[in-house]
Amino acid sequence: MSEFWYAQPAYENRRLEQIDSKPIPNFVQNFKLGEKDFINAGKASAQIKLDLKQLGVNPIYLRRVAIASYEAEINITAHSKGGRITSKYFPDRVHIVFDDDGPGMGDIEKSISPGYSTADELVREMGFGAGMGLPNIIKNCDILHIISEEGVKTFLEVIIYFG
Amino acid sequence: MKLNEIVELLEADLLFEDVDKEKEITCAFGSDLISDILMCTKESTLLLTGLTNPQIIRLSDMIDLFGIVFVRGKVPPQEIIDMAKERNLPLISTKFTLYRSSGILFNSGLRSCKI
Ligand SMILES: Nc1ncnc2c1ncn2[C@@H]1O[C@H](COP(=O)(O)OP(=O)(O)O)[C@@H](O)[C@H]1O
Ligand SMILES: [Mg+2]
Repeated sequence: MSEFWYAQPAYENRRLEQIDSKPIPNFVQNFKLGEKDFINAGKASAQIKLDLKQLGVNPIYLRRVAIASYEAEINITAHSKGGRITSKYFPDRVHIVFDDDGPGMGDIEKSISPGYSTADELVREMGFGAGMGLPNIIKNCDILHIISEEGVKTFLEVIIYFG
Repeated sequence: MKLNEIVELLEADLLFEDVDKEKEITCAFGSDLISDILMCTKESTLLLTGLTNPQIIRLSDMIDLFGIVFVRGKVPPQEIIDMAKERNLPLISTKFTLYRSSGILFNSGLRSCKI
């Protein structure tokens, strides 16, 4: 099992308070994702963006949430046997959890490096597989946490603050 | 630049009517890589692409796309055109390549989107 943490400098000290202490969100949405289901992929991220828009979140943050969430949603669709998304809404932030049924990332450091991709031909033909998904997630989130068990599963969570 | 002018310049087809042809388009971006498109569109953008799968329409739920130009004579299947109709997202198909289409629009004053 390997683990990776990333936080924007301004948010480094919030990790404990906002992930480890499991605060209770205002509300939660759950989504299911199927393996290689490119017909429905992206619906969850679109819904999360819409929820936040209805809550009055500034478009700057909507765009960051949509990009980070969509890239992670596509990764479950493209690289895993299917999985789940849980979106937790707080007044000042959204916390989105992506977990799937494997096969996991062998080496997280390698996976997050720009340009690294194991995407197959089908996935590439659809315009994915440039190896820029995880770098895009890092650029657009405030806190990122990945746990991966090779052969078993990947767990990825992001937090994005609204200001 | 207006939608009508783009259709004319690219000798293209509008894939469905009933869109706002008078709305001003200020910038464009061309790519076949979804991650690049996501990162490079920060304002309402006309996208030129050779991708015709459903995810290209789904992208417009994440970022602000003005419309999509399919290059190299590509026409997406009807389900995808219907997805765009639901979203009021104009679709255009031209037989020109991505390079040629971009050149024509750029020369006619349509700037590249800020990246
Ligand atoms: N949920 C996942 N399960 C297994 N492997 C993953 C998952 N997400 C990402 N990866 C691995 O990390 C690599 C890089 O991911 P990413 O940066 O999104 O690029 P891309 O999706 O274009 O390949 C993938 O090619 C894959 O090997
Ligand atoms: Mg990816």
